[in-house]
Amino acid sequence: MSRSLRALAVGAVAVFALAGCGSSDTGASTETTTTTESSAPKVTGEVTVFAAASLTESFTQLGKDFEAANPDAKVTFNFAGSSALAQQINQGAPADVFASAAPKNMTDVTGTGAITDKPVTFVTNTLEIVVPAGNPGKITGLADFAKPDLKIALCAEQVPCGAAAKKVFEATGITPAPDTLEQDVKATLSKVSLGEVDAALVYKTDVKAAGDKVEGIEFPEADEAVNEYPIAACAKAPNPEGAKAFVEFVLSDKGKAVLTEAGFGTP
Amino acid sequence: MSARGAGRRGRLPAVLVLPALIGVAFLVVPLVGLLVRAPWSTFTELLFSEEVGQALTLSLVCASLATLGCLVLGVPLAWLLARSDLPGRGVLRALVTVPLVLPPVVGGVALLLVFGRQGIVGRYLDAWFGISLPFTTAGVVVAEAFVAMPFLVIAVEGALRGADPRYEEAAATLGASRWLTFRRVTLPAVAPGVVAGAVLCWARALGEFGATITFAGNLPGKTATMPLAVYLALEVDLGQAIVLSLVLLLLSVTVLVLLRDRWINTPT
Repeated sequence: MSRSLRALAVGAVAVFALAGCGSSDTGASTETTTTTESSAPKVTGEVTVFAAASLTESFTQLGKDFEAANPDAKVTFNFAGSSALAQQINQGAPADVFASAAPKNMTDVTGTGAITDKPVTFVTNTLEIVVPAGNPGKITGLADFAKPDLKIALCAEQVPCGAAAKKVFEATGITPAPDTLEQDVKATLSKVSLGEVDAALVYKTDVKAAGDKVEGIEFPEADEAVNEYPIAACAKAPNPEGAKAFVEFVLSDKGKAVLTEAGFGTP
Repeated sequence: MSARGAGRRGRLPAVLVLPALIGVAFLVVPLVGLLVRAPWSTFTELLFSEEVGQALTLSLVCASLATLGCLVLGVPLAWLLARSDLPGRGVLRALVTVPLVLPPVVGGVALLLVFGRQGIVGRYLDAWFGISLPFTTAGVVVAEAFVAMPFLVIAVEGALRGADPRYEEAAATLGASRWLTFRRVTLPAVAPGVVAGAVLCWARALGEFGATITFAGNLPGKTATMPLAVYLALEVDLGQAIVLSLVLLLLSVTVLVLLRDRWINTPT
């Protein structure tokens, strides 16, 4: 009861905000709103999106855009490692949408029937070498990861970014000498931005999101491990219309633009 | 009077018993959940695997070293808090308990900012002595000690406050120095409190996750303790994670029971 009231209040505020700026708005935005309204049923209420940690920045932006286009809807995110999210959904967490950083975690969920729609790959992500600003370890390429005197952080191979790193190293025949195998990509990145390691392998999008505290170094072998991100609405979504609309929004040109801007590749 | 007291003691008041039973259920049911879901067929195979052995040894060694460090620093600190008339003792006590309320991950970040190679202390350790704590086993011990020490300090301080100061005063009037009094009178009197505090401290250190993975990282055989192994196993296989948790649980309970028999029962 209180939740729906809150959602209503948020919706009302959004309507007022939109009405306030509506007069000065160009005709283009009103046109897009009407087309979404006519093509799909009107989206209301809370849409709960479970999304991989690496989507944090871009999906937060998409959520805002979605709320602007659907003033009666409110998007709530649960960002975490894809495998943790998959387990939560399988244990009955009330998710509307699941966006995973790896097909495997999506398969975990479709395997139990918690998702029955066919997942769609909406972006790809590749690894990039990340070093602290100024590159104190003088890293030039992937071969530096084998040097024992350098401090190296990698993701643990149990999580998607670590699995991708493993694939890259296997393909290149380089045996890395890591000092730590971190529990997720953001933890790996923070070791670099704190300057505690000389280099790490993270996703391109994470390097972009970290700003000027770090520097990214692209390497050709990254193409050996292209991570595909699937998205799907959950079978038991508390808000099925909202779930469908959000997935469509992510796959729309507007959604693609935001994701490309964040550094994701197109599938 | 005494007969009536005994009679009263015999009848357990429901007001206390009912919440107590609910309390027991609340603490035990999650454990039952683990036992029910454990893949028993793979239990022994996992138990004797190399990685588990490595993580287990590392956990035991680090937690024990951390407890030792906490004893060396924590008992004097507790004595200072309980016995001295230092100004600002209240503030000091509040500061000592900071790691209790700090989320361990934040504690780990704080340790990195101090002892990391860019940290305010760590950069000199690195430049002058070539010592770098993050990503080392010593770093695990530091992280665990940071999180676990308040448990020891609070337990020992409580014991000191409960101990009768008249024995110490008597020792002093007989000419014993404060250090001798502490060693021969105070410490034996609060020994059970120290042991209880050390056990709490050890148990907390053994289960430490957040500060350890943040400050010391995760590398098998070097910094990957059991809780870290459990967390990463959870990413892949729930069953394996449960087995690892049960191993850790079994081990800590065994050690605690052995210690209890050895230490708590022998005096008095």
